[in-house]
Amino acid sequence: MGFEVLFKGTNFIRLLEGLGVALRISMISVGISIVLGMILGTLMSLKNPVITVLSRIYLEIVHIMPQMVLLFIVFFGFSKVMGINIPAEASAIIVFSFWGTAEMGDLVRGCLISIPMIQYESSYALGMRRSKTYLYVIIPQIIRRLIPLSINLITRMIKTTSLIMMIGIVEVLKAGQQIIEANRRTSPHVAFGVFATVFLLYFLVCWPISQLSKYLEKRWS
Amino acid sequence: MNREKEVLKIEHISKGFDQLNVLDDISLTVHEGEIIVIVGPSGCGKSTLLRCLNGLEAVDDGHVYLGEETVNPSVKNITRIRERIGMVFQSYDLFPHKTILENVTLAPMKVQKRKRAEVNEEAKKLLERVGLSAKMSQYPRQLSGGQKQRAAIVRALIMHPEVLLFDEVTAALDPEMVREVLDVMLDLARQNRTMLIVTHEMAFARAIADRVIFLDGGHIVEDSDPGEFFTLPKTDRARKFLNTFTFDTVNKEI
Repeated sequence: MGFEVLFKGTNFIRLLEGLGVALRISMISVGISIVLGMILGTLMSLKNPVITVLSRIYLEIVHIMPQMVLLFIVFFGFSKVMGINIPAEASAIIVFSFWGTAEMGDLVRGCLISIPMIQYESSYALGMRRSKTYLYVIIPQIIRRLIPLSINLITRMIKTTSLIMMIGIVEVLKAGQQIIEANRRTSPHVAFGVFATVFLLYFLVCWPISQLSKYLEKRWS
Repeated sequence: MNREKEVLKIEHISKGFDQLNVLDDISLTVHEGEIIVIVGPSGCGKSTLLRCLNGLEAVDDGHVYLGEETVNPSVKNITRIRERIGMVFQSYDLFPHKTILENVTLAPMKVQKRKRAEVNEEAKKLLERVGLSAKMSQYPRQLSGGQKQRAAIVRALIMHPEVLLFDEVTAALDPEMVREVLDVMLDLARQNRTMLIVTHEMAFARAIADRVIFLDGGHIVEDSDPGEFFTLPKTDRARKFLNTFTFDTVNKEI
């Protein structure tokens, strides 16, 4: 079935290393997206007309443009036009953060405006000042709504890292392809064995994360 | 208890939204231990009046005083003043991420900096008094509307406010839960609390009030004792308003 190839030499280690690259890029991007997304979402909830228009354009660009095109623009385009050479991993992190910030920002905005005004007022009525109201009443509620939603974004980012092999990064899918190339002659079924393993690796990473999200959603709903 | 002591003093306040005058030159003095019930048709400014009293709304004109202090959202010590005024809202608005006990103990601990042990003990006593001992460690979503509203009253009480404001606290409740909340308020009345109550429960108003204020079109139309107001209202408008709560027997055509 082609699985025997995995036990030859360092093949399996190379797959795991590829997975490590994919996870590193997605985790760094998620971290950046959460921080910037919180700022963007808060700005968007202020309903300033200029911010609203700009963020609308930004969100539309992210929704419309395929991630692969963004990757090509940053990795190939910037180096030619602006003469700056951005390394492949950095390009991937820039594009994923650009995408993630837009999605997180939209989630944060949605959570912020979903907290009814009366929650603020009943806190003020108890003599809590604005800072305490945010700290003890509003932000804890937002985080509870946000975490399950952002976990969903994390799993989508991990899956989408399969695109970054197009700019030359050896992540898990690319590592798999290389193993297949090298072993095609000796084991004809290698493609099935390797891709099935890649599938399993993605599953093993994403499934616990999505279970966690389901659990938190239930607990906090 | 000093029935002569003025707790809240409202002097000629006016308040408008978009050119519409919601409150128009209202003056009212609330004495210690007094229970004032405010009634009137929807949109007459009852809720706005209460919200001006703890500085959730700014008045356009006039003054509200709590003791010696001016109440206004823009004064520096407004949070200090709000500590002394308890408010309970129509939609109870407990904090959904906190248990009932945490809802009650949050403000005394974070605002008044009281010790957890002391606050917990008082919270438990108060919750027991309103029949919620068994619900202390549950979350608001696990409680019925009436239970939530009783918890919201305790949340206001534990701050030891000088005056309590109730804004249509039974209006969002199913009929069978109205009674349990009104009973808690009657119990507070027996403790000689100073209260301002906006309500549509006329029988309750009559039973609990020392004074009834009839508000219509942003004006105080009547200010009388409940016996007089409910049997012999002075004005036509009050009579018409009270008539909306009574029904004539239907005489069927034969």
